[in-house]
Amino acid sequence: MSMPDREQLPEPSTELLRADHLTRHFKIGGALSRRTLHAVDDVNLTIGQREIVALAGESGSGKSTIARLLARIYSPTSGTISYEGKPLASMRSRRDRLRYSGQVPMVFQDPFASINPVFRVSHGVLRSLKLHRPELSAIQRQEEAARVFEVVGLGAEMLQRFPYELSGGQRQRVGFAQALVTRPKLILADEPVSMLDVSIRIGLLNLMAKLRDEEGVSILYITHDIASARYVADRLIVMYAGQIAESGPIETVLTDPRHPYTQLLLSAVPDPRADLSVAAETDRGEPPKVIDPAPGCRFRWRCPLAIDKCAQVTPVLTLLSAGDVPLRHEVACHVAEMGAEVRAFS
Amino acid sequence: MTEPPVLEVSDLSVDYALDRGVIRAVDDVSFTVSRGEFLGIVGESGCGKSTLLFAIAQLLAPPARVAGGAVRFNGANLVGLTDRELSVVRWRQLSVVMQSAMNALNPVKSIGAQFKDAMRARGVKDKQEIAARSAEVLRMVGIDPVHLRSYPHQLSGGMRQRSMIAMAMLFTPELVIMDEPTSALDVVAQRSLMTQIKELQDRYGFAAIFVTHDMSLISHFSDRLMVMYAGQVSELGTTRGVFDQPRHPYTQGLLEAFPSIRGPRVELKGIPGSPPNLARIPSGCRFHPRCPRCEDRCKEQLPELYEVGGALVRCLLADETKPVPSAAASLRRRTGAEDEHA
Repeated sequence: MSMPDREQLPEPSTELLRADHLTRHFKIGGALSRRTLHAVDDVNLTIGQREIVALAGESGSGKSTIARLLARIYSPTSGTISYEGKPLASMRSRRDRLRYSGQVPMVFQDPFASINPVFRVSHGVLRSLKLHRPELSAIQRQEEAARVFEVVGLGAEMLQRFPYELSGGQRQRVGFAQALVTRPKLILADEPVSMLDVSIRIGLLNLMAKLRDEEGVSILYITHDIASARYVADRLIVMYAGQIAESGPIETVLTDPRHPYTQLLLSAVPDPRADLSVAAETDRGEPPKVIDPAPGCRFRWRCPLAIDKCAQVTPVLTLLSAGDVPLRHEVACHVAEMGAEVRAFS
Repeated sequence: MTEPPVLEVSDLSVDYALDRGVIRAVDDVSFTVSRGEFLGIVGESGCGKSTLLFAIAQLLAPPARVAGGAVRFNGANLVGLTDRELSVVRWRQLSVVMQSAMNALNPVKSIGAQFKDAMRARGVKDKQEIAARSAEVLRMVGIDPVHLRSYPHQLSGGMRQRSMIAMAMLFTPELVIMDEPTSALDVVAQRSLMTQIKELQDRYGFAAIFVTHDMSLISHFSDRLMVMYAGQVSELGTTRGVFDQPRHPYTQGLLEAFPSIRGPRVELKGIPGSPPNLARIPSGCRFHPRCPRCEDRCKEQLPELYEVGGALVRCLLADETKPVPSAAASLRRRTGAEDEHA
C-alpha cells in the first residue's frame, strides 16, 4: 500500500451512492409519554467509487443508524437513498433487492457474534455465493471462496476451520471475505476494528486500503477512532447528535477543523507523541439530547462560541470557499459560516 | 531510608484449573507500587492483566486461584486471607473500579442507596454522616449531589464511571485499582475522566493501578508503565522512558501500531500474528513467533527480566547488561525478615 497525498487526487469521478435529507426517527415511550428520538436528521452524503469515507462521531451520534439505513435494515422516516442513480425505494423486486444487498454488504463490529459458531467458516461464504451468484458450479464456488480468502490474507486452508479456532483478527477477515464474494462495490463497515487488539488492528486497516486500491471497492468506515480514520480514509464525515457537523477531505478537516465539535474531538485524541493539550478539560463529554430536540444547533450547550442565532436556527451544511474558489470542505456552524476563524478548542 | 511501598507483588502466579488442564494466566509477576504512584499496566486481551488485578484485590473465583507468590499491602500478605479479614482492607484502604459501570452498579438501586450500603457494611451507621460523605464524594468527581437519587440508567456512561470512582473514594483509600474504567467511553469523555482521576490523585495522594489496552491513553498520566505479554511482565519502566526508548520488540511494535492524527502519514505494520493462547504457550521467549528480531536462541531460551538503563526488559537481545533474576529474589530478601516475625 502506498500513501499518496490524497489532496492531490482528483474529485471522485462517479458517484456510487447518495443520500438526500436522510432522516430516521424512533418512537419511544408509552402511549402517554410518546416521544421521538431523532437518530438521524436531514443527512446529505455521497460516496464515490473507489474511496474510503470515514463516518466518525461519539456513540449515539447516529453513525450506525446511517449504516443500517444504507443497508436497508431500517427504512428511512423521510429522505431518499440512491444507488448508481436509482432510488432504493424503486428497487422492490427480489432480484433488485438481492443485487443491492450483494453489491452493498455490511461487515459488523463483533466478529465473535457475527459468524455462526456451529459451521465451518466456509459455510457463510459458500451460502452467500450460492445465493448471489447462482451461475457458479459447486467447484467454481469452492475456487471463488479460496480466492477471496487469499485476498483477505487468510489462505484457503482456513476455509475448513471452525470460528472458535480463529483469533479475533482472523474472524474479522472472514467477515470481509463474506462481504467480498458477492463482488461488492461498497462495503458498509460498522466499527470493524474496535473489538480487536491494538497489535492486529493495523493489519485490518491495511486490508481495507488494499481492497480499495486493488479490488476497487468503496468502503464506508464507521468509527469513533479519528486516528485510524486518518490512516485509511480519503474523506471524513463528523457526526454530532444525528446531524453532520463537518465533512471534507480528511487531511483538510484534520489540519483545519472548522466546527467546534471537530476541534473538541481532535483535542481529546490521546497522542503520546504530542504534549498534553489542556483546552478540552472543561468539557465532560456529556452526550447531547436527541429526544424531541428544539430547533437550533445541537452542540450549542457545549460550545464556547455560541451566539444567539445558534439557539434559534439549525445550521445547515454549507460549502466553505477560499476567496471565490469553493472547497470540498463543508461545515454546519453559524460562526464558521460568517467567515470567522473558529478556535473553540485547540 | 525510603518509605516502604504501599503494594508489593512478588512472584505472583494465578492458575485457571480447567477440564482440559491448568492454564497459568499470570506467571511469576513481581512489582511494587509506591505511595501516591500511578502505575499503568498495558497488554492485549488474554495477557492476564485483568486476572492480575483480581488477584491483587483477592477477588478471584474458581476455577481461578493464586498458585504462588504474595500480595503485600502495607506489609501484610493478602493471599489466603478470609473475606472477614479482607473486609478490614477492602474499601477502606484499597478499592476497585471495574470496567463496565453498568454491570458493576446495581440497576434497581439509586446511586445514593448503593453508597449507603457500602458505608453501612463498613460500620458507618450515622445517617447524616452517610448523607454528607455521599454528597461530598459525588461533588469530588464533578457530579451534582442531586444525582444521589438517580438510578444508573438515568446517568450517561461518563457519569456512571464517575460515580463508580466516587464510590471507590468513600473511605479515601490508599490504593485504587482501576480495570479499563474509560474503555466504554468516547474520546472526549475519556480525556475528561482521565484528567479527573489525576486531579483526585494529586489532591488525595492515593496510589493507583490503571489497567488498559490503550497505551496512548495513559501516556500523559502514569508515572510508570508495565507491559504484559502472555501472562508475564515484558517491560517495566518509567512511562516517559518506555515511550521514548521502548526496549522490548513487543513494546516497540505496540507503539508503532498506533496511527497518529498529527505529522506525516506513514504506513504502519502492526505486529504480525495474534497473541498466544495461554493453553499453548510458545517455547522459549513467548513473543518469538511474532518478533521481527527473533534469533535461534529466542526459540529455546526463556529470557529473564534484564535490567537495562533503569528499566526491566524480558528480551535476550537486551542482554548486554546483567540479568536480574534477583528482582523478585531481592524483594523476597527485603521482606523476608518481616515474614518471619509475622
